[in-house]
Amino acid sequence: MTKTVADLQIGEKGIIEHVCLNDIPLKLLEMGCMPGKEVEMVQIAPFNDPLYIIVNGSHIAIRKEVAEIIKIETDKILCDIIKSK
Amino acid sequence: MRHNKIKVALVGNPNTGKTSLFNQLTGLNQKVGNYPGITVDKKQGKCKLSETVTATITDLPGTYSINPNTIDESIVLETLINKDNEDYPDIVLVVAEVDNIKRNLFLFSQIKDLDIPTVLVINMSDQMKRKGISIDVELLEQELKTDVVLISARKNIGIDALKKALLHPKYKKTEALAVYSKRMDVDFFTKVATELKNHSLYKAWLLITQCNDLSAFPKQEQVAIEKFREDENKLARLQHKETVLRYAKINDILKKTYKVDQQKATTLRARLDKVLTHRIFGYVIFVAILMLIFQSVFDFAQIPMDYIDSGFAQLSNWTTSKLPKGMFTNLLTEGIIPGIGGILIFIPQIVILFLFVAILEETGYMSRVVFLMDKIMRRFGMSGKSVVPLISGTACAIPAIMAARNISGIKERLITILVTPFTTCAARIPVYAIIIALVVPNERYYGFNLQGLTLMVLYLIGFVSAIVSAYILHKILKVTNKSHFIIEMPNYKLPSIKNLVVTILEKTKAFVFGAGKIILAISVVLWFLASNGPSSSFGKANEIVAKEIKLDGINLSESEQQQKIASYKLEHSYIGILGKTIEPAIKPLGYDWKIGIALISSFAAREVFVGTLATIYSVENEDDTTGIKQRMQAEINPETGKKRFDFPTGISLLVFYAFAMQCMGTLAVVKRETNTWKWPLYQLFGMTAMAYLFAFITYQVLS
Repeated sequence: MTKTVADLQIGEKGIIEHVCLNDIPLKLLEMGCMPGKEVEMVQIAPFNDPLYIIVNGSHIAIRKEVAEIIKIETDKILCDIIKSK
Repeated sequence: MRHNKIKVALVGNPNTGKTSLFNQLTGLNQKVGNYPGITVDKKQGKCKLSETVTATITDLPGTYSINPNTIDESIVLETLINKDNEDYPDIVLVVAEVDNIKRNLFLFSQIKDLDIPTVLVINMSDQMKRKGISIDVELLEQELKTDVVLISARKNIGIDALKKALLHPKYKKTEALAVYSKRMDVDFFTKVATELKNHSLYKAWLLITQCNDLSAFPKQEQVAIEKFREDENKLARLQHKETVLRYAKINDILKKTYKVDQQKATTLRARLDKVLTHRIFGYVIFVAILMLIFQSVFDFAQIPMDYIDSGFAQLSNWTTSKLPKGMFTNLLTEGIIPGIGGILIFIPQIVILFLFVAILEETGYMSRVVFLMDKIMRRFGMSGKSVVPLISGTACAIPAIMAARNISGIKERLITILVTPFTTCAARIPVYAIIIALVVPNERYYGFNLQGLTLMVLYLIGFVSAIVSAYILHKILKVTNKSHFIIEMPNYKLPSIKNLVVTILEKTKAFVFGAGKIILAISVVLWFLASNGPSSSFGKANEIVAKEIKLDGINLSESEQQQKIASYKLEHSYIGILGKTIEPAIKPLGYDWKIGIALISSFAAREVFVGTLATIYSVENEDDTTGIKQRMQAEINPETGKKRFDFPTGISLLVFYAFAMQCMGTLAVVKRETNTWKWPLYQLFGMTAMAYLFAFITYQVLS
């Protein structure tokens, strides 16, 4: 099963592998949340929602439902490959 | 010598210091107006660029993109896309910030494509060294084909260089969407270019994707645009693609021109966030801050408020003694002066509340509260962003309801607007304060002051009824909600004194002149209605009262006779008749016709209640030296022989005011914000019904 941003633990990082261009809110893309960018989980609010992340240098909070559509890769070696692409 | 005027538009992401720069450029030389049709504040100011050139600077609402998500953001597009717009600028000033330059440049790249000369300022340059950031300004200028100026708005660095760049920008021409369009969809954009050939390609693209009102364009273009809009999915995909391509370009440029030494990047934000958004400490700190706010509002505001209160009583007295007796003097001392006093008395509380709200926003803390509260608020059909209106609502519901605009979900926004008037606004405080002082003993009970405790309970009632109503509305409202909750967590900043002063001046001025006009007008009308009446009874007051005294056969002193005449006159004045008419309806709540008059007049604004009672009692009693509180205390209920404002009546009044929707200003702003009379009318009838019902229960149980 592929991981999504919603699966990250606090302090954990991952690389965005895929966002479905039809589902993701334009505003999130405009904030720089797009494939190849690194995401870091900063804080998870009580009741596990919303999530406070850093992506592409932007510190933003998003709801879990949106985080679940951003697929990520957390494997270190694979991350390096995606980054270098 | 000719004096030239140019128009400059200030554009930028929120939290980039755009407002600081605006304040720095214009000083206090600014004014706030409205955009036609909507209630978005339009901030404009003048700035002298040189001896011969003055710039009119418009501070456009902060936005992340020219594609609007909220009403505020749509102003940016509307101002910049239409050459006939009265604020269409000669130069656009895009404000970016050293920390977040990548995202700032995204908005910049959109603005740049609009074919308006553009200058890019990079703010907070004084922090570059500390943060380990270096920027090759010259190369960046070449790459962006734009003048770039490094400034620090707070420290007033680089402002002169900026003025120079505004006067003589080096780069004027620009390249538009054409660059991306080939990679987005060649066929589509070739068609757009031919069918909308009167517009640049990017403008045509914005017209297709963003413009709601096409009536200004020729029929043929409207048809073409409608046709391009048919495939919504395709447009959305193209927009997404455009975003990705823009970022790719920006990344290329920044790779060459912008460097960060990661080691030096500060961890202050990370450390503060660990505590302030912590699942336990975060809430503890938030509650502590709220308590601090409310504590200050009551403690610090009390002294200036007492001062204003007694000052106006004295002024009224002094005027009476200095001016000759007559109609005009009466109007002045019994209508206008108490009326103005009734407005000014709110200033201390409003200033303190707005000061705190402004500090919370400026420091960046408010976003953390939004983050902490989102899930909880969602259970009640609202969003984390509803916290801002609900807190501001404790100052005044009018700006609070306007602040709900930031909420992107339609249903969440509507519910927030509908329940905000339940929160205890500053206008209720004088009503509460005077009634609590009358009916609740000023004693300590287990270390708690009973009067303070009562006030706290009233605040709680306000919040609880807001939350409960929100929950009910959440369950019954059928509004489809397609919202995307995305908020930025800005870097923490020390608030700038200048920004705070400007914000508070602006909001206080808006309150005093907006609400003030209504209160003053009502005071004058009330005075008129109370000093006039039908000639058959009111006009013959002297004779009738004299007859009555004779019949009773008691000896009254001169002043007692005068008093009797005055109260007879009030009872038979127009307003007395009005109060008497509604007396049967409000008697079950424990009120008499005098309180009835105050209820009617305070339908316009709650705070008028106290002013009205002040007017009524000063009309009745020529002796102005006793304060309103003493006069109300002395008031006797003729039926029971006990005090008029006894415990059951007082508490019933408190409950009534906790729920009643008595503010025309709020109704008007809800109408404007929701674009229909439906919601304000629901609010008016729903809240008034609740107020009547709960006050009825309270009085019946207590008496």
